[in-house]
Amino acid sequence: MFEFFTRLFRGEPSGQTAKERLRLVLLSDHLALAPDVVDAMKTDLLAVISRYVEVDEANVDVTFEQRDHEVAMLANIPIRSMKERERPRPKVASIVVFPKAETIATVGVAVELEGSAPIAPPPDGVQAPAASLTADESEKAQTAAAGDVALALGEPIVEVKSPAPKPRRRRRRKSAARIAAQQATRPPYETSAQA
Amino acid sequence: MQEFASELTSAPPAEQTLGRAIVITSGKGGVGKTTTAANLGAALAARGARVALVDADIGLRNLDIVLGLESRVRYHLLDVLEERALLDDALVRDKRSENLFLLAAAQAREKEDVDTERMVALVESLRERFEYVLIDSPAGIELGFRNAAAGAQEAIIVCMPEVSSVRDADRVVGLLPSSMRPALIVNRLRPALVRKGKMLSVDDVNGILRLPLLGVIVDEPAVIVAANRGEPVALDATSQTGAAYREIAARIAGEQIPAPAAPGEAGLFAKLGALFRGRR
Repeated sequence: MFEFFTRLFRGEPSGQTAKERLRLVLLSDHLALAPDVVDAMKTDLLAVISRYVEVDEANVDVTFEQRDHEVAMLANIPIRSMKERERPRPKVASIVVFPKAETIATVGVAVELEGSAPIAPPPDGVQAPAASLTADESEKAQTAAAGDVALALGEPIVEVKSPAPKPRRRRRRKSAARIAAQQATRPPYETSAQA
Repeated sequence: MQEFASELTSAPPAEQTLGRAIVITSGKGGVGKTTTAANLGAALAARGARVALVDADIGLRNLDIVLGLESRVRYHLLDVLEERALLDDALVRDKRSENLFLLAAAQAREKEDVDTERMVALVESLRERFEYVLIDSPAGIELGFRNAAAGAQEAIIVCMPEVSSVRDADRVVGLLPSSMRPALIVNRLRPALVRKGKMLSVDDVNGILRLPLLGVIVDEPAVIVAANRGEPVALDATSQTGAAYREIAARIAGEQIPAPAAPGEAGLFAKLGALFRGRR
């Protein structure tokens, strides 16, 4: 009976907490152990950002940070100048990718498997379904294909922010997007063969 | 429940004349490497195999104590490696078994004093004379661990069902040569806690490590009592833990032994009982 109350007030049993902590800590361990993956991500990130701004590539810094319930990827990318447009902008942009932990792992795996898989967002790569499919089937095919792309790319939410503190409203939007990213992926350690 | 590994995955040496060198390691300290080495050595020897136990934990010699052989140690591993003593003089025969021998660690030296190449050569020569060479690795992932693993072809990872131990085990698995796919022993499991969801289960642990499971050792007072006396619990016919060690030894030897009900996962009677008592 006592146990019932403690469980009621303290939430999940501690074994579950241990499992979740372990999953997260191993995730970041494995990320730290795969510098080639981090390098590949860095290269791809730079490729995207370089489309808009000129980047000081020598001083790019990508790190991972353990937060309460997630691992965050922090990229510090010094910007030299804007391309084309000459509007005054902050000199340093800090790119914060805030996916749920699982998402990073998916990105890591995808990059590792495909070498230089672009992290660029375009779902243009999604093949249009063959004309012969029925409307229902083609919709299904499209969703499946889009899902695959989302999984392969890990759907990182890239947000360029100035070093100044952000207004509250943007944080809200970010977390909504974060939930979306979380739904698009599955946790890497729960796919184990529990035969 | 996962299938128990019928034997270690890396194949025994091609030449029948050479024995199998198995390093017992964990990364984390205090999870029961030495106890495991002593018990597996005793259990394998009790099956009739010739077994050499090598204590590679230089500076923190303990395997002799666990086996109750501390008063018989004359020479140690470094004496042999540095050619101050012959291997035959340094090997201590166990009190209980004619097949079990111990090569003790040096107590007043450091792990860095071991020459890796000589260590490999020593393990090789032990393999010529023994069917099993069990190497008790020091904790950590530094040179001491690397030297202990250097001469081995197989590895056993000892892991407790807790976060830090699993993390360290995961790290160690990554550091072993890829040719060596280690097998897992989950040590000091407390079934009552697992049932209440307060401890990681065997499936939780191995869902992460994903190694062939050699066996599960339940946390039992008999193990502590046996350690107090310097007698491996594997030789205690009345102890459940002893039986578990003997089963693991049989699996190492290649016997197909079916998995028992996973400790902590309720059996049929427990489930029925819970039904009548009302789940809490």
